[in-house]
Order: sequence, then structure tokens, then C-alpha cells
Amino acid sequence: MSKSDHPQSSSRRAALKTLGAAGAAATLPLWARYTHAQTAAPIRIGFQKHATGIGAAYGRWYDRTSQAAVAKINGEGGINGRMIELVTEDDGTDPKRGAEVIEKFANQSKCDIAFGTLFSHVVIGSAPRAGELKLPYFVVSEGHHVASGMLNRWTLQPGITDVKSQVQAMAPFITDTLGKKVTMIYPDYGFGYDHRDNLVPAVQAAGGEIVAQIAIPPTETSFTKYFPQIPRETEVIYHVMVGPAVLTFVKEMGEFFGPSRPEIFGFIDSLEAVDLASPGLDFLEGTYFWEGMPRYLQADAPAYVTAYRDAVGIDANGASTSDPKDVSTAAHMFGCWETLHIIKAGMEAAGYSSTADRQALVEAVEAMTEMPAGAAHPQGDKLFNGRTHQVFGPQYISKVESGKLNVTHVAPIEDTLYPDEVDYTTQSF
Amino acid sequence: MRASLALHLGLVAVLFALNFVLPAYAHGNIARVMTLAVYAIGYNIAFGYTGLLSLGHAMFFAAGMYGAGLLLRFTDAGAVAAFGVALACGAGLALVTGLLALRTAGVSFMIVTLMFSQACALAILYFAEYTRGDEGFVIAAASRVVAGHDLGDAQVRYLAAWALFSAAFLFSLWLVNRPMGKVLVAIRENEPRARLLGYDTFRLKLGALVISGMVSAASGAGYGLFFGYAGASFAGVQYSIFPLLWVLLGGAGTVIGPFLGTLFMFYLIDLSSGITDAYMLIAGVALIGLTLFAPQGIAGELRRRAWRGLP
Repeated sequence: MSKSDHPQSSSRRAALKTLGAAGAAATLPLWARYTHAQTAAPIRIGFQKHATGIGAAYGRWYDRTSQAAVAKINGEGGINGRMIELVTEDDGTDPKRGAEVIEKFANQSKCDIAFGTLFSHVVIGSAPRAGELKLPYFVVSEGHHVASGMLNRWTLQPGITDVKSQVQAMAPFITDTLGKKVTMIYPDYGFGYDHRDNLVPAVQAAGGEIVAQIAIPPTETSFTKYFPQIPRETEVIYHVMVGPAVLTFVKEMGEFFGPSRPEIFGFIDSLEAVDLASPGLDFLEGTYFWEGMPRYLQADAPAYVTAYRDAVGIDANGASTSDPKDVSTAAHMFGCWETLHIIKAGMEAAGYSSTADRQALVEAVEAMTEMPAGAAHPQGDKLFNGRTHQVFGPQYISKVESGKLNVTHVAPIEDTLYPDEVDYTTQSF
Repeated sequence: MRASLALHLGLVAVLFALNFVLPAYAHGNIARVMTLAVYAIGYNIAFGYTGLLSLGHAMFFAAGMYGAGLLLRFTDAGAVAAFGVALACGAGLALVTGLLALRTAGVSFMIVTLMFSQACALAILYFAEYTRGDEGFVIAAASRVVAGHDLGDAQVRYLAAWALFSAAFLFSLWLVNRPMGKVLVAIRENEPRARLLGYDTFRLKLGALVISGMVSAASGAGYGLFFGYAGASFAGVQYSIFPLLWVLLGGAGTVIGPFLGTLFMFYLIDLSSGITDAYMLIAGVALIGLTLFAPQGIAGELRRRAWRGLP
């Protein structure tokens, strides 16, 4: 994977470096007096924001969370005494534009690092360029692409758990509490396959059985014809439909089953930024959802959680404090907050002072392991795996009661772990 | 003729020289623009010169991108072989599509090509086991090497993109100055009359579409190899609209137009996104303005006002 087979250009580069170093040494007294001014300059973090395109609702909340985290960190003295400056660029939730934005961060706006991408295809399209430009790239994507080994040493996901560990951790709860015979309904593309590929073995390992797998094409707008495929013996329906059609999906499922329905378990991804009080969603009453972090303020929430929610500006229902109709993407956006705190910790551990220390920053983050819950990690305790560049943490399961999500079970970190699929630390920079 | 040759060779020379003077960000941008301009050049051969308004060229671009990408994902064939396979994929797909779609014309042709392209996009999603569907896959850095030169290196990438662009650009210039190019224009202007004159217009249109598909595939393969990613979004309908837009902006039926249009559109988005979140609005207003005041595109306007012989 390395790009070291380049004798000509590297020797030229080496020669230039030597010349540059000699030149710099010769002028030492001239620039030395400015070093203080240099280090007081802000740390520029390129924020790859889904401001337009399919990820816009996520982008809006990722932005708010990131701005709040930056305000908090700056208020507490910044990183090594330097303020953080977020440099925001819209990637249009498009992998081509995503890669261009990465180049813009590295080469034009002179950012120290890049951060904040959610959608998998944008991450996968951008990561090769981040690697080539040697730009530390902190994604908040929950995709398994980082830990799968597909990306590179410069790409890390330390602030949000990946879908593989999330799905795997749900299986024991589903089979122990809801039922052994599970029918899966999922979109017929990448996001759905992540669930299919990881849930099936996990449910089997937990003593359950997948009795049917119903893949629905992403272009579908009505789902009535799929429901008869659900076997009668089904005890639990596991659904991960996403996109605008989800409201129709839930409504039609309600009409299909009427009052006698099996247990229903879903991933909140489908209903992020959607008000649970929306018309047609009443059928979800009494069903269960995975949540990355609880949307509704729980009665036993610790002080650091309320502080986090206040800083981001969400009310007890997880909606914007300035507009109760503007529902947040609470199950994911905490990842931006936690990632920015990890960047701070990493830069301070590495003694980061300029872009020359980018490699040291990556190594410092790779060296991290336990991250205790608190103001920097409001979602809960975390365990970072430096070899796979992926963090692991608790997973929440909530039940819809009176139109609100109440946490009924927390899957511990141990349930989310799986064997390493890559060791990025063996790759060269 | 001599002036035209000077203009086109001059552009190639200027782009080569820019490699040594551009700052890093613009250097990367121009490499990208040159790669995508090849796509526009391919589209222009079908649309600008032959009058085949296709709404499905993304399938040819994707055929190149996936033809090269999948080969490198599953074999050790190497970048050069992958590029060759990509060209064959693009030409083959264009041949099959053309044999069927060219039985129609005008609006029907647009719809048929659009449908073919959508079928290809859905096939990429359907075979997600191999293509990784909408997420796409990284084309490993180790396989993006040509004769020991790493395409991930900024200099190598720029020069490779320049070579690809120059080849497509000069090929397009050569083609339109040949008798075949003149006949293609004749078909565009009045197909029944061209047929009356004895030309087998179906075969010529098919030939133009195959060349167009192959050049588009070259761009798709180049994009994948230079930037290390293949994804289904590149097969989506918007990637069929982009080359149409670039060609219309730059000047349909001109050799230099596709490059100008791609360059203009890239910087329009890049610069306006620095001003506001609603950059598509700025882009839209600029496009409307250009359509109103220069309906034949930048190079088309140049031809109308100043340089009648511009090919």
C-alpha cells in the first residue's frame, strides 16, 4: 500500500528538504522572533459538512454539535493554548465533491486536519485523497469501512462506534427479550447489507434464528406487497428502512398488522431528525429502537449529559431549543463532540504545533485506549482500538412509550467487540 | 487551419507548462478538470458533432470506472491493462446500446439512453457483492502504478491526466477535420439529406456513439485510477447531465468547448460555494445568464463573433 517506490521524486524531495532546512537555519534569527505569533495562530480544522444533498439534515446537526464543541474547547483554553477554527466546506453528500473538499482543506485553506464526514460513500471517496495528502482525517460515519481495513493510516474513527458492533450488540437483547424468530426488512443496498451480514451470525450465536430476509429496493415508495412475505411464525421484525419513504413504511406496516403485531425492533437511523409525533408513526408505540445516544432526556441523565445537550441546544425531546419542530440527529451527532475532544487530547499528547506534526497526531490517537464517560465523552465509556482506528462503546435500546423513547437496555462495550480485521499501525505513513 | 492548430496545440502546451507553476490546490483541480473534460469531449462527439442527444452517458463513464476498478480489485492485472479493459467495456457497451437505441431518434433516443443508463446504475447496486453498491470501493494505491510511477503522486497524476486529455483532445480535433467528421456534422444538420447523398447514416452514428462511449470510458477509468475511488454515484443520472451541461456551456460542436465548459463549471461551483451555502443558486443564475447571452456556449460565441472557422 505504500507509495515508496518512487526513487526519483523522493530523492528530489529529500534534496529540496535539505536545502530548505539549510536555508531556514541560515535565517534563524529572523523568523525565530515570530515563533510565538506562529504558535498562537488558530488550529484549523476542516469540517466536511453535508450541507446539501441527502445528508443535509445530518449535516445541519453535525455542524451545530461541532460548533458547540469548539466553543466549549476554546472557552477552556483551546488546544495547547491555541484556539480552534472550524473551516466548513459543503461536500454536497457526494464522494467526488468530498475528495475535492479534502484537497481544498490540505492545499488551499491550509487546515491542520479534516473532520466530520458521515455518509459512507463520501468517506470512501475522500479517504484515498486524505491518505495521499497525508492529512489526518477524522470521520464520524459509523460505517464499518474504517475497521474493515479498506481505508488508510490517515483515516480514523475515534468518536462513533461502527455499524458492525452496533448490530452485533443488539442480537442478545432481541433474542433474550423479544423473541427467537426474527424477520429482517432492510433496504436493498449497502446500508441494508451491513445489517444483513452482521445480524444473521449474531442472532444465530445468541440462540435465535432469522426466518426471513426481505430486501426492499431503494426506489420503492409503497411496501404493502412485501408484508405478506413475513412468515407467520415471526416473533420479531427487525427493520432498518431509511429515507423519506420510512413514514409510508411504518404506516403501511401498521395497517397490515392491525392490533396483533409481533415485537418490532428498528434502528433509529430511519427516524433521525424525524419527530416521533409525526402523523402515521403512532403504530411505533411499544416498539424498540437502537439509539447511539438517547434522543430524549432520560430521568437519570448525568450532569455531563445535560451540559452537553444544553451546549448543543437541544431540549428534553431532542429538538432544537429554538424550534421544537427541528428534531436533532441525537443518535449520531455526539460523535462530532467526542471526536473534537479526542483531537484535542491527541494534539496535546503529540505536542502538536504545526502540520509537520500530523503523523505524531495520528500516532498519539492510535496510542489511546480507554476514554471514560464525562464532559468529553457524554455518550458513555469508550474503548479505542488503535490498530483498527475504530472506537467501541455502549449501545442504547429504547422503547417508544407515550411517543417518547425511553432507554430500557444498555448493551455493554464487551457485547460490541469483534476480532480485528486490519492493523493500520503496520502500514507506513 | 494553421491558426486552429496553433490554438489547440497551444492549449495543450499551456496545460503542460501549468504543471510547473500552479499552486498545489489549483494543480489538483486542473488535473481533475482535464480528466473530466475527456468525458465532455466524448460526449461532444455524440452530441455536439453528430446531434445524438444522449441522457445516458454516465453508463459509459461508469463502464470505464468499474471496468478498470473491478479488474484491479479482484486481480493483479495492473493499471495499464485495467485502462485497456475499461476502453473495451465502454466501446462494447456503446456498441450494444447503439444497436438498439439508434433505432430511435430525438426524444425517444433520449429516453432509451436514459433507461439503459438507469439499468446500468441499478445493476451496480444489484451486484453489490462485487461493486460494494452505493458505497463504492477504494482502488488500492498499490495497484495505481504505471511503469513504477505512482498515480497518487501529484506530479504523476497531473501529467497522466494531461496525457489523457491531450490524446482525447487532439484525437477529437483530428476526427472532426477528417471526412468522417464532416459527414457527422451533415447528419446532425440534416440526416435525410446525408442519407440521400449515399451515406450509411446508421453505421456512422453507431461509429460516433462507440467512439464517444470509449472516450467517456477513458475518462471514467482515468478518474478511478487517478483519484482512487469507484462508486455508484458516478453512474447516477446527474453524471449523464453534467457532460451535457459542460458541452453546452463551453460550446457544443467545438473541439475546445468541452474543456472550457468543464473548467468554467468546476470553478463556478468551487468559488461560489466559498461565498454562500446556496451556491447552486449562484451557479443556476450564471447558467441562465450564459444561456441567454451566449446560447452557443463560450467557444460557440467565439466562433459566431470572431472566428468563423473554429473547428
